[in-house]
Amino acid sequence: MFSGFMLNTWVAATLVAVVAGAVGLFVALRGSSFVAHAVPHGAFGGAAGAALLGWNPVLGLGIFAAGGALSMGWLSRRGRHDVGTALALVTMLGTGALFLSWSNEYASQVYALLFGEVLGVARGELLPIAGVGAASLGVLALVARPLLATSVLADAAPTRGRGARRVETAFLLLVALATTMSVPVVGALLMFSLMVAPGATARLVSDRPGRAAAVSVALALGIVWSAVALSYVLNWPVGFFVGTLGALAYGGGRLLALRRAGAGAPEGG
Amino acid sequence: MSLGGLIAPGFFSNGPVRAALLTGGVVAVVTAVVGIFTVLRRQSFAGHTLGEVGTTGGSAAFLAGVNPLWGFVAIALVAAGAIELVGVRRPRQRDLAAGLVLGAGLGLAALFLYLGSVTSPASGGASTSILFGSIFIIGPSMVSSIVALSAGALALIALCGRRMLLVSLHPDLAASRGVRLRLVGAIYLLALAIAVSLAAETIGAVLATALLVGPPATALRLTRRPGRALVAASLVGVAAVWLGILLSYDSYTWPPAGRTWPVSFFVVALVLVFYLAAQLPVRRLRARPRARARGEV
Repeated sequence: MFSGFMLNTWVAATLVAVVAGAVGLFVALRGSSFVAHAVPHGAFGGAAGAALLGWNPVLGLGIFAAGGALSMGWLSRRGRHDVGTALALVTMLGTGALFLSWSNEYASQVYALLFGEVLGVARGELLPIAGVGAASLGVLALVARPLLATSVLADAAPTRGRGARRVETAFLLLVALATTMSVPVVGALLMFSLMVAPGATARLVSDRPGRAAAVSVALALGIVWSAVALSYVLNWPVGFFVGTLGALAYGGGRLLALRRAGAGAPEGG
Repeated sequence: MSLGGLIAPGFFSNGPVRAALLTGGVVAVVTAVVGIFTVLRRQSFAGHTLGEVGTTGGSAAFLAGVNPLWGFVAIALVAAGAIELVGVRRPRQRDLAAGLVLGAGLGLAALFLYLGSVTSPASGGASTSILFGSIFIIGPSMVSSIVALSAGALALIALCGRRMLLVSLHPDLAASRGVRLRLVGAIYLLALAIAVSLAAETIGAVLATALLVGPPATALRLTRRPGRALVAASLVGVAAVWLGILLSYDSYTWPPAGRTWPVSFFVVALVLVFYLAAQLPVRRLRARPRARARGEV
């Protein structure tokens, strides 16, 4: 399980889990799970376009992820947030369908981009992943504080200033960066699951940002490692285990929060 | 350009095209009507989730050898129940519930597609055709069940559309009038599940989301009256689908020649164009009465 080509898988999965767990906490705080789904999912249209032109798919992914994230921000400022995200998503997917119909790529390659082939990571792919992953964490460290402020306060008083818009754009680009890094390796589905479930669970478990971030990253690591191990043993797709374990983790978090609220109620009342 | 030049020969006498126009029109109306509430309730993500999770049901039905339409509908109902169960009141958190259900559902879809490819290796294209749909391969046997399910979804909306509207716009007011919020929310999700899974099965998950969100959002920019918005959304939806089918049929002669451009691309592009176009004049029209009112005061 730890020999040869599997070593690359473990390293890649670990890198992706750390970035996804960290970004995922802000996805949960901002309630942006639609964006976390739309950017990786829509970006695959870019990969289809790159394949058509004979480019490296990662380049197409990056262009579509960044362009999609920016147009989501642009459309959301001119209407309802969810409508803007949905329309940007379907436009990217529709363009992807057009590219696919022009090219002679096999459907199985689309399948791989959507669901991932984490068990087949080449050594040469690791360095770019590590580089983009480090860049995402660097950007996250830079914008973490203002991001936290707008995420937590947005409920009480919708902030519409220039600064808030800049923070929003930075967050969208962060999701795009994390997507570009991980989708070629783990697929859009897995990246999305990893950006939503651990962060949401961590938020239930702790109110402190630092501790919640640690819990989120730890959960993401735990989910990915168990998923890779289970997938290796049972030969079922990794995405299945990541999706199921994520839902289970969130269910456990809800139970924990419920029990804590139940234990706290007699003291409070 | 004359109408005859726009419509390629044989368009209306083509059997698959006629079936596509019929089902596409029906689906566009149903998604537009349900979508008005989706946009008002800010639940686009839940709608998208129910459409995509349909993939899970479709692939499970493929494994079991059942008609995929029933797989789509069944799994969407289960997913809607799960969203309602996780459901939290604040809209921000509602997206979270949809996200968790979508993650788990797509995970299952990956498993079913894998198991399907193990048992019959020729099913590799299933995922793409489910995602992007293939409006031109709707069999005549499916049309009747599509129409029946559409009628069911519309009946649910007709039954409690008024209360649903009140709940969507003023939840507190609705609660004070004794409307049961949870029940109305559950009925709405039921109608949404039926409409979206129907659309996802016939025209693909991408188009289902586009038609659920785009035309209603366009209509709500043009008018504030619910009745007019319903009609406008249906018209925009049907126009996008029919024009999309027509353009796709025409595109056979476009470069790169020899194959048609996908319907989903045209419909999505048209929906986006309609939405953006609705933004331009509305701001001016609405600003004027307001300015006039201010001037009079």
